[in-house]
Amino acid sequence: MTTPRTLFDKVWESHVVHRFPEGPALLYVDLHLVHEVTSPQAFEGLRRVGRRVRRPELTVATVDHNVPTGDRSLPLDDPIAATQLDALAHNAQTFGVELFDLASPRQGIVHVIGPELGLTQPGMVVVCGDSHTSTHGAFGAFALGIGTSEVEHVLATQCLVLSKPQTMEARFRGRLSPGVTAKDLILDLIGRIGTAGAAGHVLEYTGDAIRAFSMEERMTVCNMSIEAGARAGMIAPDETTFAYLEGRPRAPSHRDWGRTVAAWRHLPSDPGARYDRRVELDAAAVAPQVTWGTNPGMVTDITGYVPNPGDFATADERQAVERALAYMALTPGTPLAGLPIERVFVGSCTNTRIEDLRAAALVARGRKVAAGVRAMVVPGSQQVKAQGEREGLDRIFRDAGFEWRNAGCSLCLGMNADVLRRGERCASTSNRNFEGRQGAGGRTHLMSPAMAAAAAVAGHLVDVREWS
Amino acid sequence: MTLTPFVRHTGKCAALPRANVDTDQIIPKQFLKRVERTGFGPALFHDWRFLPDGSANPEFELNQPEAADATILIAGANFGCGSSREHAVWALAEYGFRAVVAPSFADIFTANCFQNGVAPVRLSGDGIDEVLRRCRAGRGVYRLTIDVEAQQVTDDAGLRAPFPLEPYRREMLLRGLDEIGRSLLEEPRIAAFERSRT
Repeated sequence: MTTPRTLFDKVWESHVVHRFPEGPALLYVDLHLVHEVTSPQAFEGLRRVGRRVRRPELTVATVDHNVPTGDRSLPLDDPIAATQLDALAHNAQTFGVELFDLASPRQGIVHVIGPELGLTQPGMVVVCGDSHTSTHGAFGAFALGIGTSEVEHVLATQCLVLSKPQTMEARFRGRLSPGVTAKDLILDLIGRIGTAGAAGHVLEYTGDAIRAFSMEERMTVCNMSIEAGARAGMIAPDETTFAYLEGRPRAPSHRDWGRTVAAWRHLPSDPGARYDRRVELDAAAVAPQVTWGTNPGMVTDITGYVPNPGDFATADERQAVERALAYMALTPGTPLAGLPIERVFVGSCTNTRIEDLRAAALVARGRKVAAGVRAMVVPGSQQVKAQGEREGLDRIFRDAGFEWRNAGCSLCLGMNADVLRRGERCASTSNRNFEGRQGAGGRTHLMSPAMAAAAAVAGHLVDVREWS
Repeated sequence: MTLTPFVRHTGKCAALPRANVDTDQIIPKQFLKRVERTGFGPALFHDWRFLPDGSANPEFELNQPEAADATILIAGANFGCGSSREHAVWALAEYGFRAVVAPSFADIFTANCFQNGVAPVRLSGDGIDEVLRRCRAGRGVYRLTIDVEAQQVTDDAGLRAPFPLEPYRREMLLRGLDEIGRSLLEEPRIAAFERSRT
């Protein structure tokens, strides 16, 4: 009898090209996604020594990190950003890599367009010079973020040198309560295990709550695996996965579909497969989450309060909480619901697919953004934007006073003109509330799209469950 | 890219004993638009190092006189978490750091360190506490030796703390290896693997 294997074990073992005597594996990469910020030095490295891109047809590029989300006419206002976009265009052309540029109707955040195009598929190894590559694990792929030197390595060899990570199962019993979302589930997990809670591990999300999720909800969960320190996050493929992929432009053809799906059905973890660690949570007990601090683990229920540093166990934690509260300008004991905000961001690779926009629009419909609040909706891709417009979501948002913009990373990391001003407080659907992440001196509270839309209308953080 | 081999290094220490220092702090996004691997050192820890008016923040650890010319950074747990930006390691290296000593590191940051010949030195809780204590007591003259070959950290006053290194990564540091060149030696295996899948 063969040893039961996890989903991750199966994907890993089927991609090992070679095991170096010193330990790590040379792991084959099926899909390499490339964007403008972490690739120019990698292409330059190839050029310097006359190397080529080994498998350009397995490499796909887009522009997302520093693109403008307002006026897209060229030349761009930001000459330095324009240099990076030009460099990617030049590199894509020179090395024969497909590029979805600003003029393409398929342009968008790299982690939104990969799945949208059907490029991301079960059982693949997917890499990108971006930590939120973990998103693609929602399809049962092993998908991980890498640095620029590794980008160059993958371009040159179509492989990555990696030691096999350990595995960790996060099982969610039961179903989410009304008004609670995939974002709340993953934030709750990170709050429990901490931002290094899954370091060195591949997280596999299992349980009824995960099975009930759509692909977009699964992507939200896997996206934030990196915020728990995980090497990657994965969810076993099932009928939901296959239905999402069927007919997408780069999914297997109709002719190959049956055979491919049959192979994908072997991917889920075998009964009795062993994980190095396990954690189990009650999905039904999860409440809408909101972060109060400067990392995603500093999070609590919307019904909660700003914590007191004295309540934390270690001196290091107390010092970190004190620093966070000083940066966030928050006083211990303050209820989170009611905290005034000046900015709202519905966007990012975590929460800006069509279902996210629908959820936010449902809250915004027939209401108005509060006076003094600037609220932005930044679709994850131009395709999501077009779909939103077909459904009339743009009209709902605009009528309510939200800005309806073009696709890009935007205010999630503030590399373009979309930034918080010093001291501004933002209700954000993105993934990181680090100091200065959305702009130097800006203060970020992470939450779900419905919660962010509700905050825009109220002018302060609110429990969206009271808004049904 | 060929790197300078890292066998052992002795240098001055600077302490930044904060947990969860993320790569957004190490190199904020407004500096990521360069298309070169250089030019990031002046922006290292920018938003902590400088006040909004551009002057040096007198309270920041690396702005203290005793931190001048340090080549070894003593840091808190989960150092380098968050974004995969290798620019964080380029900034640390260009500023002058050859090694970061911490109780733990984020995974992608660790990989990026090895690619650039910067040693991520993981010390146990007791080890890091002792190094921090001695660094503070040393008031700007405390020096450590990072010995990659022997996988240990030592000082002049008898400290001796081992640290783990995967054999492959240790070899890379010791020999300043070009990882791509090495992997390309396996080209026949890569080609055979590709043939086996079609």
